[in-house]
Amino acid sequence: MAATRLSGGVVVTDGQRPTEGGGEAPSRRGGRGLPGVPPGETLRPSTDTIWTWLDAVPDPEIPVISLTDLGIIRDVAYEGDTLIVTVTPTYSGCPATSIINLDIETALRGHGIEQLELRRQLSPAWTTDWMTQSGRDKLEAYGIAPPQPAGGPEKCPHCGSQAVEKMSQFGSTPCKAQWRCTACLEPFDYFKCI
Amino acid sequence: MATSDKDMLVQFLLRMGDNSLILGHRVSEWCGHAPVLEEDIALANTALDLIGQTQFWLGYAAEVMDGDKTADDVAFLRDVWNFRNILLVELPNGDFGQTLMRQFLFDAYQSILLPRLSKSSDPRVAEIAEKASKECAYHVERSADTVVGLGDGTEESHARMQAALDRLWPYVGEMFASDDIDAAMAAAGIAPDPASLRSEYDALVGKVMAEATLTIPQSDFAHKGGRSGKTHTEHLGHLLTQMQWLQRAYPGASW
Repeated sequence: MAATRLSGGVVVTDGQRPTEGGGEAPSRRGGRGLPGVPPGETLRPSTDTIWTWLDAVPDPEIPVISLTDLGIIRDVAYEGDTLIVTVTPTYSGCPATSIINLDIETALRGHGIEQLELRRQLSPAWTTDWMTQSGRDKLEAYGIAPPQPAGGPEKCPHCGSQAVEKMSQFGSTPCKAQWRCTACLEPFDYFKCI
Repeated sequence: MATSDKDMLVQFLLRMGDNSLILGHRVSEWCGHAPVLEEDIALANTALDLIGQTQFWLGYAAEVMDGDKTADDVAFLRDVWNFRNILLVELPNGDFGQTLMRQFLFDAYQSILLPRLSKSSDPRVAEIAEKASKECAYHVERSADTVVGLGDGTEESHARMQAALDRLWPYVGEMFASDDIDAAMAAAGIAPDPASLRSEYDALVGKVMAEATLTIPQSDFAHKGGRSGKTHTEHLGHLLTQMQWLQRAYPGASW
């Protein structure tokens, strides 16, 4: 779904100050009804449906997992007619944050959501404990060792050996560190546990 | 909030944000120059966290100030005399060892301050500190490890780390020099009195330096003036000419 130009930029707020979402898209009528919405009724998908849509939005830097796998979508709710999606950043300076917001907006507008507001929530601070099991499995299958409370990868995501060593506490994105397997000699990313 | 209370809060937020901003900028100067690729990436990531934290602190400062300023306005449209960072963070990087020594001396302070701020009576301060605290815990682990590795390393690395500590120690005292702004923050329950953090800091730094086989200088002389804004070193102005170049050359330019 590349290059969907959005009408009206999304409003990202700090939570305390609700602001109107950009809602100038053409009204929807006719045969484009949403799943489960009888014809003629207000087109307002349930929050469960919204969550399902968000399940399909990939992380821009690690596209093998979704934003919901990552655990950064903290809430989905309506305030009046406006859909409020609350997002927490992974790392303070993660450059993917603005792309994540754009991707959420693109996906939801693509599903016909017109009144949309994204809110940033800092507290409670994001933790890798919020990553889903399926997200952890997908990371490992992709070659990134999932976060472990012990502070290092359990095993090499390539060969499964437990003979691993740290190369650097940081890696290619703020959320990863560089490790290496001393059995198969392959380097790999480890998703930092915070 | 009374005007003076508001001014005090702004000053406190500038101190927090300017420390992160100026150190973040300094550390980012290593990008592409570090001794090995892993260290280069680590320094760039550390700088990124600090700049991210800056956006929160200065964003809140901008909100508390009157008008509709943004974090970018505060970062890029002030001159030297309006910055409130401690002198330590504006000093030039020196060699890799000095950069990591400065990082540890700063991380150690933040690792004690931020958890206390996460219990601030101001909910915005508390949530920013809670977020930053997790990143800081990661930074201090790494900077402490590196200080120990280099201090208790080769003759050459040891000598350089001792020289770095001797050079930077006179800039440590400023972190704990309380003034009326700190008193107001402490009275309002927004932030602890920095002087109250000193013993915990000395214990942490003492432990790491002992492990690094480095000797902390005896003198408690401290260069001051950055937090209060009275006197910055000549280095800050030079830093700003680079950091603020785009906004100075093309006022109002946006990405």
